Amino acid sequence: MRKTGMTATELSAAIRRGEIRVADAVKQALAEIREKDGEIHAFLTVDEEGALRKAEEIQKKIDAGELTGPLAGVPIAVKDNICTKGLRTTCASRILENFVPTYQAEAADRLEKAGMVIIGKTNMDEFAMGSTTETSAFGPTQNPAAPGHVPGGSSGGSCAAVASGMVPLALGSDTGGSIRQPSSFCGVTGMKPTYGTVSRYGLIAYGSSLDQIGPVAGNVADCAALLDVIAAYDEKDSTSMKRDRYGFSDALKKDVKGMKIGIPKEYFGDGLAKDVKDRILEAAELLKNAGAQVEECHLGLIDYAIPTYYVIACAEASSNLERFDGVKYGYRAADYEDLDDMYKKSRSEGFGPEVKRRIMLGSFVLSSGYYDAYYLKALRVKALIKEAFDRVFSEYDMILAPAAPDTAPRMGSSLEDPLKMYLSDIYTVSVNLCGLPGITIPVGKDRNGLPVGMQLIGNRCEEAKLLQAAYTCECLQKENGKEQMA
Amino acid sequence: MAEKITDETIDYVSILAKLKPSPEEKIQARKDMQQMLDYIDKLNDLDTSGVEPMSHLFPLNNVFREDTVTNGDDRENMLRNAPEEKDGQYVVPITIE
Repeated sequence: MRKTGMTATELSAAIRRGEIRVADAVKQALAEIREKDGEIHAFLTVDEEGALRKAEEIQKKIDAGELTGPLAGVPIAVKDNICTKGLRTTCASRILENFVPTYQAEAADRLEKAGMVIIGKTNMDEFAMGSTTETSAFGPTQNPAAPGHVPGGSSGGSCAAVASGMVPLALGSDTGGSIRQPSSFCGVTGMKPTYGTVSRYGLIAYGSSLDQIGPVAGNVADCAALLDVIAAYDEKDSTSMKRDRYGFSDALKKDVKGMKIGIPKEYFGDGLAKDVKDRILEAAELLKNAGAQVEECHLGLIDYAIPTYYVIACAEASSNLERFDGVKYGYRAADYEDLDDMYKKSRSEGFGPEVKRRIMLGSFVLSSGYYDAYYLKALRVKALIKEAFDRVFSEYDMILAPAAPDTAPRMGSSLEDPLKMYLSDIYTVSVNLCGLPGITIPVGKDRNGLPVGMQLIGNRCEEAKLLQAAYTCECLQKENGKEQMA
Repeated sequence: MAEKITDETIDYVSILAKLKPSPEEKIQARKDMQQMLDYIDKLNDLDTSGVEPMSHLFPLNNVFREDTVTNGDDRENMLRNAPEEKDGQYVVPITIE
């Protein structure tokens, strides 16, 4: 049995030493889900039978010495917009309620090849459109770290599953902060890799130029180990990149001496909750005391990130979601007059309000007469935003920032005013616009006991630096906590 | 000032989006879109003349490969996802009289 508090890499090591059987690790995850998920609702599908069968296959390969990787035998949850062959994949939408993919996403395939066991599929905002997991057609997820509050989104189910200890690891996807923001709200570690690092093959597309799959974990070492499993060039994804170096776990060194960390002063202004600001700056202080050069910097253009992001994301969404037409798969309306009417009714009945809102906006900004004024304008501003980041990275190794303006909001308080919800993505969307890597780690709690996360943003392909700084910060926080207790 | 969204705009965009909003949804859509466009209007504060629209962040080259089939025929499983099928084919409403 997995001991409480055991990390994913520790669990795999114990399995490979023969102390724990894969089936027992899987059974424990299933038992945790049975016990906790009635309340939390992190999972949309739990594949008990498939997971137990896989556990036996993997056990044999481990016993035969064929599987030796650092996460072999570990149970994992997968966000429900990542296709899993033979296992229902819904995007938390009525329109895909009964969809069973006939192929496996590359990232999911890599999990299985590494000897990991997919336990089930996690809840999310419908088609990853939302920041609270409340737009799921199958009901919201509770924040395990803060009952009555949302887990964030859109990868809320994945982050809640890890935060509650049901699984040690999960895959999420991040289009505008969908891994980093819920990681912050749930008190877990989550990373959005550089665009092109993890194959998007089999990830049901929202905004293709922004989407990236990434790891959700209980600590930095597990996060790096999972990134090592999923990061690889894939010819099936035409935007996949051949990286010069992988081996992200090599970056786990407790050392930040000489690292230049910039804190954009625009990110720490009026819109940021005091406790969030305090916790993050305390963590920054730890890094500074350990020898990092931490100083205020100027980023610029941050007020333009959200309008730019929503124009581009909605434009791409309106195009990507055209494929859901009720013909080859998915929901089809019961009554219709002709083909066109069937498309329209199937889509209108199958999609939820937030998805329709974004498809409408996206269709508008791409329509003739408005394309230049909105879509091309946004692409021009995106170029300027990228320049702003390039300027900062010419001087600094990384940017230290919040992941969200406040801790997790109460359930039911966000959806009434969509624009207000969109504005809370202020610290995360630029990273997607610029294809950069970003990681969120927990840095404490606010006065109400809700988790606070800190985001580190790196230049393109500089995950290793982020992981090193995040790992150092995690170590320092532990040492500091022990000192305070002593 | 941002574009004024009228009922006609919503009707036109619904055709493009292949959606059929109810009368109540249309009123809401008009309000939501107006609010978003007024906000997006902020982008016009920035002078972007001479700035190239950036669709790709990194230099991307065409990726060529031989057009060889690598996946198998999975007709049965694929049809299992179909809302309606007959004789191994998808059923749709009559499209040509």
